[in-house]
Amino acid sequence: MNILVLLKQVPDTTEMQIDKETGTLIRTGVPTITNPDDLAGFEMALRIKDEKNAKVTCLTMGPPQAKSMLRELYAMGADECILVSDPKFGGADTWATSNTLAAVIKTLDYDLIIAGRQAIDGDTAQVGPQTAEKLGIPQITYVDDILEITDEKIKVKKALENSYEVLECPLPALITTLSTIATPRYMSVKGISHAFEKDIKVVTFNDIDIDPSIIGLKGSPTKVKKTFTKEAHKNSDVLELDPKTTARKIVETLIDFKFIGK
Amino acid sequence: MDIKEYKDIYVFCEEKDGAINDASLELLGEARRLVENRPQLGYKVIGVAIGNLDEDLINEIGYHGADKIIWLYNKDINHYSTEIFTTLFVDEVIKKDKPDIVLIPATVMGRDLAPRIAARCDTGLTADATKLEFDPENENSSLLYVTRPAFGGNLFGTIVNETKRPQMTTIRPGVMEKLPKDASRQFEIDKREVSIVNINDPVKLVEVLPRDHMAVDITKADIIISGGRGIGDNFHILEECAKMIGAEVGASRGAVDKGYIAKDHQVGQTGKTVRPKVYIACGISGAVQHLAGMEKSDFIIAINKDPDAPIFSVANIGFVGDALEIVPLITEEIKKYRERPY
Ligand SMILES: Cc1cc2nc3c(=O)[nH]c(=O)nc-3n(C[C@H](O)[C@H](O)[C@H](O)COP(=O)(O)OP(=O)(O)OC[C@H]3O[C@@H](n4cnc5c(N)ncnc54)[C@H](O)[C@@H]3O)c2cc1C
Ligand SMILES: Cc1cc2nc3c(=O)[nH]c(=O)nc-3n(C[C@H](O)[C@H](O)[C@H](O)COP(=O)(O)OP(=O)(O)OC[C@H]3O[C@@H](n4cnc5c(N)ncnc54)[C@H](O)[C@@H]3O)c2cc1C
Repeated sequence: MNILVLLKQVPDTTEMQIDKETGTLIRTGVPTITNPDDLAGFEMALRIKDEKNAKVTCLTMGPPQAKSMLRELYAMGADECILVSDPKFGGADTWATSNTLAAVIKTLDYDLIIAGRQAIDGDTAQVGPQTAEKLGIPQITYVDDILEITDEKIKVKKALENSYEVLECPLPALITTLSTIATPRYMSVKGISHAFEKDIKVVTFNDIDIDPSIIGLKGSPTKVKKTFTKEAHKNSDVLELDPKTTARKIVETLIDFKFIGK
Repeated sequence: MDIKEYKDIYVFCEEKDGAINDASLELLGEARRLVENRPQLGYKVIGVAIGNLDEDLINEIGYHGADKIIWLYNKDINHYSTEIFTTLFVDEVIKKDKPDIVLIPATVMGRDLAPRIAARCDTGLTADATKLEFDPENENSSLLYVTRPAFGGNLFGTIVNETKRPQMTTIRPGVMEKLPKDASRQFEIDKREVSIVNINDPVKLVEVLPRDHMAVDITKADIIISGGRGIGDNFHILEECAKMIGAEVGASRGAVDKGYIAKDHQVGQTGKTVRPKVYIACGISGAVQHLAGMEKSDFIIAINKDPDAPIFSVANIGFVGDALEIVPLITEEIKKYRERPY
């Protein structure tokens, strides 16, 4: 069985600071990590491999720095890692990203594709389903457990707002995983030493058959007009009021900040 | 693609547990606000519903702001299917009616469906919008400016799609305001019998597991109301409040160790690390081990009897007072807010 895992290297958004002067994100010095949902999905792929002898291929589109993530994935047990990287692919929105990923995936053998539900930087949760659509295969999103997998089909548990669904689907298919699906393993010592012997295959624009008008910043239908940061919050007003006024103030705060709707 | 052929705002209306969910009704309210603020466009609000639904539900869509409802009806569509809903929405609505704007709630279903539809139509999709407005620089334009958070809420971006139609967006539940139900509103129902014999969704629903099977996962909550030893064995007060707000209940280890609440709820170094939009700490002193699990929350509200409690040092607003008195009043205030007439 061939399992393809889509992973994205992302800035650790919990470490992100805002430049108070310019109101922009300070990105330099922010550590990068493998997107948590993707890493959990990768762990599931490794577990299937441990049980059934599957081949696990990791695929990422990103700048050359993403190689450091792929080395780690080798150290954890990936069989093959592919970096899709070309200045022409840069600045892509999710549509252009999925066009590119799908064009590469079409050149590979796969039974199951695992993507993360959502990347913590772009935060759209769109690349998985859009890639499935471009490949013309079925999808199951928000997967919280893989209950059964054979060469022919997969049975999973999908998390909804306040219930779960058990769904079954023939392969090939794409699933998107939640970070709660599995705790990723550590890199093994043996894995780390092997990781540097292994090749990272780099795929550029010239290696695939794709219309240049559907990729990268230029090919992206959505454009970011402007970005801004939220106002930094004031620290600690401590108020001593009667209980009723206190309650009212708290509720007003929740409403004013749109934390609750009607 | 001739962009000028595309018009009106279409809202996908999701049925959930026998009702049109609030997330969809909120979008109808927002769509009305948009069209009324730019009457020169002459746009209508059109609700889209799919499946073997009760006629009452279809009417709800009209009562909450739609001028017309396109109802794709087939008696055999009794639950959501990615492939069936995508194909019907694209073939029976987008290709035939040419919507300028399509709004879809960013629920689990909406986030499964919207990217699939957008990819099939080769159009852009903006995720999880928190604000919508028409091009502020051109009063005759129907170009939608969509504002949304990214980078874990650290950054906001305003996104436009100038080249492709429809302009598609998903919108977070609870952000927009629904209109009060108005049963005297006039609207049209365009019921279309659709065939699904040629649509094959290989994904099969085996069973639905109800909520009881779920362990509490406070890490996914947008709002957490947490209690400490100061709450004593009155956690039901927090639970009632949480239900009214739409929050989960968290706790300090102090409260868990005393047996006031299960360990699943514990926040902190040896509990869960949470990062909700709002964290409300009630009767929690604010020991470093507790702060470690919640200080990254976007907004922190603290209630404590002791004006010198360390929890106040991380709070955005602190209130000195008796949580046992205040929390039930919050519940009451929110209930009033939710039931307020317009
Ligand atoms: C402020 C801002 C707002 C944006 N808003 C939008 C928007 O509304 N709509 C839009 O279309 N684009 C938007 N973008 C662009 C978007 O962030 C990029 O296209 C991004 O590369 C992919 O989207 P994502 O991070 O949301 O991934 P998601 O769709 O959240 O990722 C889901 C999964 O897809 C896989 N995946 C995603 N990217 C890659 C990759 N490069 N390589 C391998 N696997 C991958 C991973 O498994 C990941 O877990 C925005 C960008 C910024 C900076
Ligand atoms: C290794 C280690 C790991 C730990 N891990 C965790 C952890 O993961 N999470 C965690 O929470 N703790 C953890 N602790 C315990 C932590 O040190 C504190 O003991 C604990 O957080 C205290 O809980 P508390 O705030 O509920 O209780 P207390 O410290 O007893 O505080 C109760 C507070 O309630 C106030 N109060 C009383 N009555 C009222 C009222 N009616 N209205 C309003 N306020 C009232 C009081 O003024 C007081 O500030 C850990 C400790 C150790 C040593």
